[in-house]
Amino acid sequence: MNETPFLAADHIHYAYPDGDGRSVLADVSLSIAQGAFVALVGPSGVGKSTLLRILGGLLPPGGGQLWHNGRPEQAHDEPVGIVFQRDNLMPWRTVYENVVLPLELQGINGRSAAERVSQMLDLVGLAGEADAYPAQLSGGMAQRVALARALVHKPLLLLLDEPFGALDALTRERMGQELLRIWQANPVTVFMVTHSISEAVFLADEVLVMGRASGEAATITHRFPIRLPRPRRFEMQRTAVFQDEVTAVREAISV
Amino acid sequence: MRLLRSLPNWLTILISFLMLLAGWQLLVMIGGYPSFILPSPANVAQQIVVVVADGRLLRHSLITISEIIPGLLIGFFVALPLGYLLAKSPLAERLISPYLIASQAIPIIAVAPLLTIWIASTYWSRVLVAALVVFFPVLINIIAGLRSVPPELYELMHALKATPGQIFRKLEFPAALPIILAGLKVGATLSVIGALVGEFVQPKSQGLGFLLVTARYQFKTDLVFVILLTLAAIALSLYGLVALVERRVLRWQT
Repeated sequence: MNETPFLAADHIHYAYPDGDGRSVLADVSLSIAQGAFVALVGPSGVGKSTLLRILGGLLPPGGGQLWHNGRPEQAHDEPVGIVFQRDNLMPWRTVYENVVLPLELQGINGRSAAERVSQMLDLVGLAGEADAYPAQLSGGMAQRVALARALVHKPLLLLLDEPFGALDALTRERMGQELLRIWQANPVTVFMVTHSISEAVFLADEVLVMGRASGEAATITHRFPIRLPRPRRFEMQRTAVFQDEVTAVREAISV
Repeated sequence: MRLLRSLPNWLTILISFLMLLAGWQLLVMIGGYPSFILPSPANVAQQIVVVVADGRLLRHSLITISEIIPGLLIGFFVALPLGYLLAKSPLAERLISPYLIASQAIPIIAVAPLLTIWIASTYWSRVLVAALVVFFPVLINIIAGLRSVPPELYELMHALKATPGQIFRKLEFPAALPIILAGLKVGATLSVIGALVGEFVQPKSQGLGFLLVTARYQFKTDLVFVILLTLAAIALSLYGLVALVERRVLRWQT
């Protein structure tokens, strides 16, 4: 792997601006290949979401350097896709209007926008709900709309911050597979924060473990390339390889 | 009771209104009050016919309405940018809000005479009193509305590289709109009070406030009642108008 990574972080530091100067992240280095699916796991409150925001250009790092395709950069100048734990749809907009928002902000209107939105709604299986308001949707449906909104403008980077954390276990499993299917149709580099180790192993090419190795500040303590072939199928979760990966990640977190 | 609940809304309102009138009439009859203390509904109805027929009610009402509407609009449109500033800038809030809050402890009836000294135009001094009364509750709601925007939606807009103008138009304004409109509803009823206070301190031969002062001096209590009813009707109409806009704009809430 000596090609230039799509996204690289070099000794990133971060401290909350209104905090007492204590570091949250220290010496975080990682690199993500173009089109890879990377998952980040770790204890609650360790700073996973903070790292996700720094990588997405939503938070300026306190120190260190981000590299984008080998070029140093302060913040992304291109729009990224983002999905949160809560769907965060705009309740005053219909499903269609929510999904079209990223295109609207780029000044893309009219037929090409409408076609792209209906293509995305087809992909997430909500073509019939275009005129519904978010209040009328179930949690799983709303999260699929949020996913369609995050991908409609063909971003190069998709940030997923605990995207299925608010869903029930069954919906969560189904959404994981949906996500892989949608990802196959929209090749994009994915950086996902999750609490579920099995979800991370099942979905990702590489699982990063975050922890507080030295003192207070957190850093990436382990990385696990996942040796499951693609396309991933649900049955793979019963294989020994899958179980081994899950066990290894779990042990890395508890240490 | 069940019968009453099954009736359409307008009919229950009509029934309660008729019961109110009957109770009022009964009170006058039992108490035997002279008309200048408590006029009967019939007296008031007669007086309505008189002031409608000679055009006085319409003329004075239009003058008062012409003070209420600009007062409401000015109060609203001054509160809007200031509310935005206070919601967005902690420094501005620290600097300005103590004075804003202290100003609310001063009754408008005490400030209004000052305004008539400072502002030569009778009309504009009244409009300004109305605007002042509207201003504060609208301001508070605008700030509350803007603060209610979920931080994650800001992050979404930043991830999508939205400009500050786009963030205002497509996120902050629509997100705050329900609370802003609730403030405007309160403001709509207060603007009537404001215009009336303005007329009390500047009772120059026009407006419902002037008519009210005159009627009181002449012990025409039935006319006072007519004016109070008219003011209530104006306030209700304004409130209804904002509620109508609200239903149109906030269809997604149902």
